[in-house]
Amino acid sequence: MKVVFERTKGLTNEETHYCPGCTHGIVHRLVGETLEELGVLENTVGVASVGCSVLSYHYFNCDMTQAAHGRAPAVATGLKRVLPQDRIVFTYQGDGDLASIGMGEVVHAAARGENITVIFVNNAIYGMTGGQMAPTTLIGQRTATSPQGRDIQSHGLPIRVSEMLATIDGASYIERVSTHNVKQVVRAKKAIKNAFKNQQEKKGFSMVEVLSSCPTNWGLTPEESLQWIEEQMVPYYPLGILKNSSVITEDIR
Amino acid sequence: MGKVLMKGNEVIGESAIQAGCKYFFGYPITPQSELVAYMAQRLPEVEGLFLQAESEVAAINMVYGASSAGVRVMTSSSSPGFSLKQEGISFLASAELPAVIVNIARGGPGLGNIQPSQSDYFQATKGGGHGDYNTPVLAPSSLQEIVELTDEAFRIADEYRTPVILLGDGMLGQMMEPVDFEVTKDNKEFQKDWATTGTVGDGPPKTITSLDLDDVRLEERNKQLQIKYKKIKATETKVECYLMDDAEVAVVAYGTVSRIVRSAIKRARDNGIKVGLIRPISLWPFPVEKIAYYSNKVKSIITVEMNAGQMVEDVRLAVEGKVPVTFYGRTGGVIPSINEVHEQILSMVNEVAK
Repeated sequence: MKVVFERTKGLTNEETHYCPGCTHGIVHRLVGETLEELGVLENTVGVASVGCSVLSYHYFNCDMTQAAHGRAPAVATGLKRVLPQDRIVFTYQGDGDLASIGMGEVVHAAARGENITVIFVNNAIYGMTGGQMAPTTLIGQRTATSPQGRDIQSHGLPIRVSEMLATIDGASYIERVSTHNVKQVVRAKKAIKNAFKNQQEKKGFSMVEVLSSCPTNWGLTPEESLQWIEEQMVPYYPLGILKNSSVITEDIR
Repeated sequence: MGKVLMKGNEVIGESAIQAGCKYFFGYPITPQSELVAYMAQRLPEVEGLFLQAESEVAAINMVYGASSAGVRVMTSSSSPGFSLKQEGISFLASAELPAVIVNIARGGPGLGNIQPSQSDYFQATKGGGHGDYNTPVLAPSSLQEIVELTDEAFRIADEYRTPVILLGDGMLGQMMEPVDFEVTKDNKEFQKDWATTGTVGDGPPKTITSLDLDDVRLEERNKQLQIKYKKIKATETKVECYLMDDAEVAVVAYGTVSRIVRSAIKRARDNGIKVGLIRPISLWPFPVEKIAYYSNKVKSIITVEMNAGQMVEDVRLAVEGKVPVTFYGRTGGVIPSINEVHEQILSMVNEVAK
C-alpha cells in the first residue's frame, strides 16, 4: 500500500482539546509541516501562550516553553538571545494574549527587530475563558462581556494589529492570512513558511496573523463560522502582505 | 587584583559576572540603575548579553526565557519595579527555573521615594506572588558580603532550580566600599538536561511549564516544591551571631540596619551592658533555630528594621513567647541612628530589670 497522506512529524500524536470546527488545529498543522519541511524541528523552541493554545506544548513536536499571559514575545526574546545562532524560536499566541495583555511585549519585540516568528491566531474573541470581548472583537459582535454587541462608544474600535506592527521599522515580515477555505489555508501555509524562512535568514521580526474560527463562542456551526470569517472578519481585517522588508537586522548580534 | 573601591550596585554586577552570569535583562529604576548601566558596559566585554527591556514585566519574562535555555541569568529592580516582577517570579518558582533577582529596596508603599528601606521584607520572604511558593532570600550587609552572596545566590538557584532573591536597599546600592573579588567561589558545574534548547542531540522534546490542569498532579507538583523548600531550610539557612555568648539582650537586625545596630551594641558594651546581635543573612529560610536557641538564654530581644515591623513577626514565631520581643523601626526611607538604637537597648534593659 502506498502512503498518500500522513501526519506531519511537526506534531505529536496527542489528540488536541480544541472544539469541533475550531481552526487552531489547521494552524497547528501548518506550523508543524513548516518546521518539518524546513528541517528545523530539532533546532526549534516554541513558546506557548495563555488562552486556548496554552496546551500547544503538548501538540508541537519540539522543545516548548510555556509563557505567562501575553509575555510570550519576552520569553522568546530571552530564549533567542541566549541560544546558539541556528536555533529557531517562535511564539503561538491568540488575540486576547497578544493584542490585549501582551501588546507591549509584541510591539517592543518588533521594534527591536527580534529575530523570532510570531504566529498570531485572531478569532476576535477570548475563547478559553468563555467568549469575552477581545481588542479584535468586531463592532456589533455579541460576546459575554459585550452582550448587546460591541459598541464604539463604550468599547472603542477593534485593533488591526498587523497594520500597526507594519509601521514599526524593526518588523521585517508581516502578513495576514485566513483559514476560511482551502485556497486561504494554502496561502496561510506559504506565509507561515516565509515567516520561518525569514528567521533562518536572520531578517528579524516576522509575524503571521491568521484569521481563525471559534464556533463555540460565536454560537455558529463550523460551516457558518468559516462564512463569518469571510463575510465579517476579512472586510475589517484585509488579507495580504503588510510588510516584507529585505533589510537584515540581525547583523548587529 | 586586590581590593577595589566600588559602588554597591556595581559590585552586584561584577559579582554576578564572576559567578558566571553572562546574561542580564534590566530596566532602569532608582536606586539600582547603576547595576543596569554596569551590566550594559561590562557584559559585552565578557561576550555576554545585556538587554534593556521595555518594562520590569518584560525583563523578568526574558529571564524566564533565558533560564529555560539553561544559562545563568539575572535581573534587578527596586521596590515598585520589583512588585511588577512578581508574576514572573511565581512562574519561575513553579516551572522550577533558576534565576537571580535583585531588589535594591526603597521607601514605599506606592511610588514612595528613593531612600533605603526594608519594607519589602514580607514580599520577599513570604512568596511575593500568587501560589504556594518561597524563594531563598539573601540579605548582605556589606559590599564584600555582596560578592560572597551573589555567588551563593547563583549556586543555590542552580542547585535547587529556584529563583533566588538578593535583597539590599538604597544604602547598600549607593555606598562605596573596598571589595576583594578574589574570594572562594563555588565553581560547581550543573547539568541542565531539562533546558529547552532544541531537541538536537538530546532526545525527545522537553517542556517547561507551570500549568497542570489536573488537580491531583498539580498537588503532586506542590508537594515536590514543599519537599524542596524543606531541604533548602535544612541546608541553606545563614546567620551571623555577634557578641552573643554572654548576651542578656539580643538585637535581631539584617542588612544595612545591622551595621548601625553593631555600632550601638559596641557603645552599650562599653557601658557594661551585655548585648549581642543576631543577624539573619538568609531571610528565607529564616534562622528559626538560632533565634529559638538564644531565646532560652537572653532576657529580652529587640528587633530593629527599616520598616513598620515585618521581620519581628518571624522573630516572635521563633521565640514562641519565651522572652519579651520589642520592635524599633523607622519607615519612609529614614535610617535609624546609632543613638536611637542605643536608647532602645537601654530602655529594654531597664524594662527587664523592673
